[in-house]
Amino acid sequence: MSAKTLFDKVWDSHVVHQIDKGPDVLFIDRHMVHEVTSPVAFLGLKNRAIEVLYPERTFATADHNTPTLNQHLPVTDPLSAKQLKALEENAKAHNISYWGLGHEKNGIVHVVGPEYGITLPGATIVCGDSHTSTHGAFGAIAFGIGTSEVEMVLASQCIMQPKPKKMRITIDGTLQNGVTPKDVALFIISQLTTSGATGYFVEYAGEVFENMSMEGRMTVCNLSIEMGARGGMIAPDATTFEYIQGREFTPKGDAWDRAMEYWSTLSTDAGAHFDKEFFFDGTQIEPMITFGTNPGMGIGIQKNIPQPTASQGKATYEKSLNYMGFSEGDALIGKKIDYVFLGSCTNGRIEDFRAFTSIVKGKKKAPNVTAWLVPGSHQVRKAIADEGLLTVLEEAGFELREPGCSACLAMNDDKIPAGKYAISTSNRNFEGRQGPGARTLLASPIMAAAAAITGKVTDPRTLN
Amino acid sequence: MAYDKFTTLNSTAVPLPIENVDTDQIIPARFLKATERKGFGDNLFRDWRFHQDDTPKEDFVLNKPTYSGKILVGGKNFGSGSSREHAAWAIYDYGFRCVVSSFFADIFKNNCLNIGVLPVQVSESFLQQIFEAIEKDPTTTLTVDLPSQTIRLEETKAEESFEINPYKKGNLSNGFDDIDYLLQLKPTIKDFANQQPI
Repeated sequence: MSAKTLFDKVWDSHVVHQIDKGPDVLFIDRHMVHEVTSPVAFLGLKNRAIEVLYPERTFATADHNTPTLNQHLPVTDPLSAKQLKALEENAKAHNISYWGLGHEKNGIVHVVGPEYGITLPGATIVCGDSHTSTHGAFGAIAFGIGTSEVEMVLASQCIMQPKPKKMRITIDGTLQNGVTPKDVALFIISQLTTSGATGYFVEYAGEVFENMSMEGRMTVCNLSIEMGARGGMIAPDATTFEYIQGREFTPKGDAWDRAMEYWSTLSTDAGAHFDKEFFFDGTQIEPMITFGTNPGMGIGIQKNIPQPTASQGKATYEKSLNYMGFSEGDALIGKKIDYVFLGSCTNGRIEDFRAFTSIVKGKKKAPNVTAWLVPGSHQVRKAIADEGLLTVLEEAGFELREPGCSACLAMNDDKIPAGKYAISTSNRNFEGRQGPGARTLLASPIMAAAAAITGKVTDPRTLN
Repeated sequence: MAYDKFTTLNSTAVPLPIENVDTDQIIPARFLKATERKGFGDNLFRDWRFHQDDTPKEDFVLNKPTYSGKILVGGKNFGSGSSREHAAWAIYDYGFRCVVSSFFADIFKNNCLNIGVLPVQVSESFLQQIFEAIEKDPTTTLTVDLPSQTIRLEETKAEESFEINPYKKGNLSNGFDDIDYLLQLKPTIKDFANQQPI
């Protein structure tokens, strides 16, 4: 048998049927559903008079359109309330487990999936959300889908997809102090551009990823979509197995042993073919920040805003800098910041709050900064309190909100006002992403924390 | 959801020569609260098209009466970002049936194909020819022919072929969707599911 990549092994073992010159019919082990991209899919099932084929493989949670304050009160926006109600009713009608607003397991879909062991190595996982790529951190094939595809999976537990091409990104070496998984991901995207991995599924390999925590791996895989990749994955190892063991939905007893036998085969064989390979030196990666309106427009914190490269259209580049109120040659260090957002499926996990807290401990939030600290789930929120982080944060002048996607996409009330600058630990700096006219600089939790203290863009390594 | 069959389309086109048009621009998240697929065209390119007080931005192409048609022509890497199918719905609901670009983001392209909007990927040079032709004469037309997989600039007769998966081509030509196909496979799927370890 020829050598296979990790991706090949998982994909090939899920092909139910191959259509001649067409897409593969791929079996989906886990389907995560949220309130925004599912109502029209459920409506489609109703119109066809069909049921959800495997409710036990389907998990619903509300996250995109939920308030992050006063979750115990009725949702005030009538459209949001209606959308949340629709998810609750659809889940109930189809016997799908539903972790709605206020439920102890509620949280961002890509945070709660791993927390409860729904996410497993070797699984195929989809969700009507592009950051489904997060789950690839466990050696799963996980990718975002559209609503028509959500309907397909509800109806048939399958999706029709042509097999993507394969890319491997290898980074060896030890990361410098102050360089986090978010910086590694922003660095990769800055090198490949926002469309550099379109058409590919990425495997991340090398010492940098081997030495990363599961939270860090999730951050990296989460951002795969920002360079156009459908997903990214990392071979499961001892770190992975230690993380998942004992969680509510993970296999137990004999089933665990059988699963471990299978999972231990999930790595790329020597000599397996990739359509594209990249190699980077981990020791050269700096803390990163973005200056433009796509996640590929990122630079090392000590650098100045560059000129457009040959592949970037000058008009588009100028439009982007104009939107941000920046000019070529500007240093980002020292730019005034109005808002800080810590949270999202990218950086809303306990490790991110630990990192943020480590920087703000014993200091005070800058008076000009409004800070929104939004945990990715109730479990994260509880851990923040249990570990004593909450006390430290409160002493430094910060408040903790309730879980949800929040200002990452600004569907709820958490909108950055027009013209204001926000350092965000989220995933997209698109025009208006965090509110109409909002200006977003993407960075790691520690860089966000440094800005929250100084009120301006700051290299966290220079903060005492 | 069933949609109109796509065969040949001859139309004027609306030019949007901007790169990396992401789905947050096509439809901002605050307009994703509907529970039915209705009215998304009203908010297509909302923040490029309207000021915050809802008055139209006159310099945006959709607000210029000179440009109209069923074909939207965008710069490279069109449709990046969020998986929201609402972006494709907004384009369809506004009246477009075809989007032309030199490069598309994957999920957006799939979403278009699933709802009957044809994404046509052309070379960078052909894209520039299209932009130039429309700029010179906004009444110039493009012909997109799905059976022969070609796109033609009628004024100059310049033509290029485009790729499409034969299965998807069949679906678009007949107005079928994937669920019709998948439901026929149900017994095979159930057998497969029974063998799945998790």
